[in-house]
Amino acid sequence: MTKLDETGGLPIIPTSREDAIGFFSALKTGKAHGGLNWARRFSLFQYPFVTACCGMEYMSISSARFDMGRFGAEVPRFTPRQADLLMVVGTITHKQAPVLRRVWEAMPEPRWVMAFGVCASTGGFYQNYTAVEGIDRIIPVDVYVPGCPPRPEQVIDALMLLQDKVSTEVRGVAGARRPVVVE
Amino acid sequence: MSKKVLAALQEQFGEEVVLKTHSHRGDDTAEIVPEMIREVCRWLKSDPEMAFQQVSDITCVDWLGQSPRFEVVYQLYSLTRRHRVRLKCRVDESDPRLPSVQPVWKGANWLEREAYDMYGIVFEGHPDLRRLLLYPEFIGHPLRKDYPIRGEQPLVTMRDPESQRPVMPGGTLIQLKRPEGVRPVAEEN
Repeated sequence: MTKLDETGGLPIIPTSREDAIGFFSALKTGKAHGGLNWARRFSLFQYPFVTACCGMEYMSISSARFDMGRFGAEVPRFTPRQADLLMVVGTITHKQAPVLRRVWEAMPEPRWVMAFGVCASTGGFYQNYTAVEGIDRIIPVDVYVPGCPPRPEQVIDALMLLQDKVSTEVRGVAGARRPVVVE
Repeated sequence: MSKKVLAALQEQFGEEVVLKTHSHRGDDTAEIVPEMIREVCRWLKSDPEMAFQQVSDITCVDWLGQSPRFEVVYQLYSLTRRHRVRLKCRVDESDPRLPSVQPVWKGANWLEREAYDMYGIVFEGHPDLRRLLLYPEFIGHPLRKDYPIRGEQPLVTMRDPESQRPVMPGGTLIQLKRPEGVRPVAEEN
């Protein structure tokens, strides 16, 4: 969905009218999941699992300056039952791992996971008894955002990649889900 | 300035208790016989000239290969006199125990629990000596220098069976024994 403006290099976000037309045309062509995916990609309810310094970056991204609300990922929910995007923001220790696993298990399908920052993605510089070296050792991850901390642009890029992924997902096909890596 | 704390300590307790003293740029250190640490602390707190109302930190140094192996370090501070002193006690690996100073300062409670958690120093008389930072299922003491660097002890099953730790560098499994009566956190499914 992202187009680059030739003059400024700024991403152009399609208006909701264009997208609404896309939604109904997706329904018309008989692909019901297309319409559902359209609805899902613009109503990502995030569960911010914030544990460490990346949390400051998360606050910045979700507040007015970077404005995650533009992407329909506006509403943070602090209960897993009302969220479909788990954002794991910060270091996960082995002591926390059962909690993270439980939060993920309590989320309803379809659900997606974003590993926010190097600690969540790989364990970062921790290689000892404390940290889980990458949350994908515990739960499946859809988007990895590197950086310590990641720049807001990287997170927004990840969010848009995830939206692309959500919009192309075919439900019920085993193994259809593959992780996306943000450069 | 505060060499007078060391002098007063030596005067009060003598050479049998205050084994060594050391001063460097205003940092004063006294090595105390482990059995006497609580009495020394009690006196340092109650004596009006000393008035060490606060224990800033209790930690431990692992001198692996030396005997006695561990050095428990107490950092004391007087809020009214504004002077500091550092006490050290050497305890050996075979029986690393010390009297707790929790009866002297309540603030020592968590500090001693942390030293117990990370180094396995047993503080006798502590009201609630159990792990503070790590989980109860954890085996061993990770800040000891002979604890394996990559000795992870996961509580949940990893998705990739190969990444089940604990392993040593080189991939050999660490044989760790769980203390009796401690069960791992319930596994999913």
